[in-house]
Amino acid sequence: MTGDWIIAPVVLPAALAGLALLFARRNLGLARGISLAGTGALLALAIWAVATTGDPQVYRLGNWPAPFGIVLVLDGLSALMLLLTAGLALTVLVQAVTTGRDRKGPHFHALWLFQVMGLNGAFLTGDAFNLFVFFEVLLIASYGLMVHGGGAGRYRAGIAYIAVNLVGSTLFLFALATVYAVMGTLNMADLAVKLAELPPGDQALMRLAAVLLLMVFAVKGALVPLQVWLPGTYANAPGVVAALFAVMTKVGAYAAIRFGTLVFPPGNAATGNILSDLILPAAVLTMAVGGLGVLASRGVARVAGYAAIASMGTAFVAIAGFTAPGLGAALYYIAHSTFAGALLFLVSDLVTARKRGARLPGGLAALFLVAAVAVAGLPPLSGFVGKLFVMQATADHAALIWSAVLGTSFLLVLGLSRCGSRLFWKADDAPAPRLSAGELVGPLWLTATLVGMTVWAAPIRAHLDGIVAGLLNPAAIIAANTLGAVP
Amino acid sequence: MEIVLSAAIGILAASGIWLLLRPRTFQVIVGLCLLSYAVNLFIFSMGRLTVGVPPIMPQGGFVNPTLYADPLPQALVLTAIVISFATTALFLVVIIASRGLTGTDHVDGKEREG
Repeated sequence: MTGDWIIAPVVLPAALAGLALLFARRNLGLARGISLAGTGALLALAIWAVATTGDPQVYRLGNWPAPFGIVLVLDGLSALMLLLTAGLALTVLVQAVTTGRDRKGPHFHALWLFQVMGLNGAFLTGDAFNLFVFFEVLLIASYGLMVHGGGAGRYRAGIAYIAVNLVGSTLFLFALATVYAVMGTLNMADLAVKLAELPPGDQALMRLAAVLLLMVFAVKGALVPLQVWLPGTYANAPGVVAALFAVMTKVGAYAAIRFGTLVFPPGNAATGNILSDLILPAAVLTMAVGGLGVLASRGVARVAGYAAIASMGTAFVAIAGFTAPGLGAALYYIAHSTFAGALLFLVSDLVTARKRGARLPGGLAALFLVAAVAVAGLPPLSGFVGKLFVMQATADHAALIWSAVLGTSFLLVLGLSRCGSRLFWKADDAPAPRLSAGELVGPLWLTATLVGMTVWAAPIRAHLDGIVAGLLNPAAIIAANTLGAVP
Repeated sequence: MEIVLSAAIGILAASGIWLLLRPRTFQVIVGLCLLSYAVNLFIFSMGRLTVGVPPIMPQGGFVNPTLYADPLPQALVLTAIVISFATTALFLVVIIASRGLTGTDHVDGKEREG
């Protein structure tokens, strides 16, 4: 993907969302067509971007040269995240259409497209303030999707979710203003260059800004102690929306990787290893809280929420060192946990759509088993491979991290099997109901994705290692920005 | 001027955080407003405090930087104001809907028992 195409993943959903709002307010068929076609096109764009991944490419908004204008940067990591977003969004959107979940309230498809636009923009932008703007775009859309369908419980959870994220946005602004006051720039590549030349007197302020930024990403990525918003939000959001939100926590992980490799590389003079030192203990605690939460929760949606927290802990443990093997393992685990988490949320949606206590279809039990195996990290699915990668990469701190990873997996196995047996084991002679074909589309698609990630784990990992090699060589991104040069 | 402005930012942020932790949705939204005022002032002051100087360069290129206000924080704060205004309005809608559905303005959707 080159030239002006780089902005297409942002512009296309924005334009289509506007169209859906203007012309498809009362015409659900047209709205479905617009959003399905748009998300499908985004998937094609993302595949193209991943297939042609090479050196980082820059798109200048308004053709203003960096660092004076805003740039979008497409590199291997951005392309991967675009693919993850589009793949998940299309799967879950098809499920929302075939199960009719999009009928429950107005403007579902417009909000959906705005959400995807915000996600794509956050993954593409090369400017720290623009990252804030795209965070807001995806958050505002997510506020709408979160309360889609209405109901008192949903609105109550929505209030907590919105309030936490508004405070998070305020923190982000404080951090960015501090960065600008010290560095005089907000372009990420320019920040990387200027940080190396920062006078010692200003280094403490930059450390402060780095920690503030990390807190913002921790809110997004549900890192303890800022994970409190997640279980209530995911348990009360509509199931298909919660499945899409599985990629939203990954925005926090993405931003942490981006800032930790480009702007604040480990061991730099200003911030040292402060990001690693803070992420590692928080990630271990996140795994513990997630595992214990799964054990303590009753409903399947809450179990899925805490499992998502545990998976973010595992991903952040691998990220913490900002080493090549760690980041490669983290990217694999992030991709896996997005699809596995979404699968668990879709299953939970199908469970909660049925009458409480009614006999559940056997197919649903099978799907729950697949989701539970993937989420807990048992063989043969990709969760096992992902956790193996993470443990390989963290062999230096084996005593602490391995026991945390394995202990959390044990808690997840316990919690998920208890949840599954409570749901599906019933002494009941009523005829077994069946799943409709429409309900099966999304879960089967996600299962196939997980199986594919397991079978082709080695080539995928090789591709991810290539991406990580690019990340650990920030000179390429800095060169692509051609700082200060007039085009 | 620095002391007055930093005190104002501090008091606004502290009041905002206190109100955020209160149990009524009205208090929460006023707290969020105060917090966004604090951050807007903070961003604005990050371009250094100047009085009576334009953010536009006069004809003829560079001038003495002490006679020039940094325009970028002004653009940033404008974006931040618009976004916080929009999100606050949206939050208000959600709060009103919740008030209608639960019949109470408590953030938990129910009054404390006992």
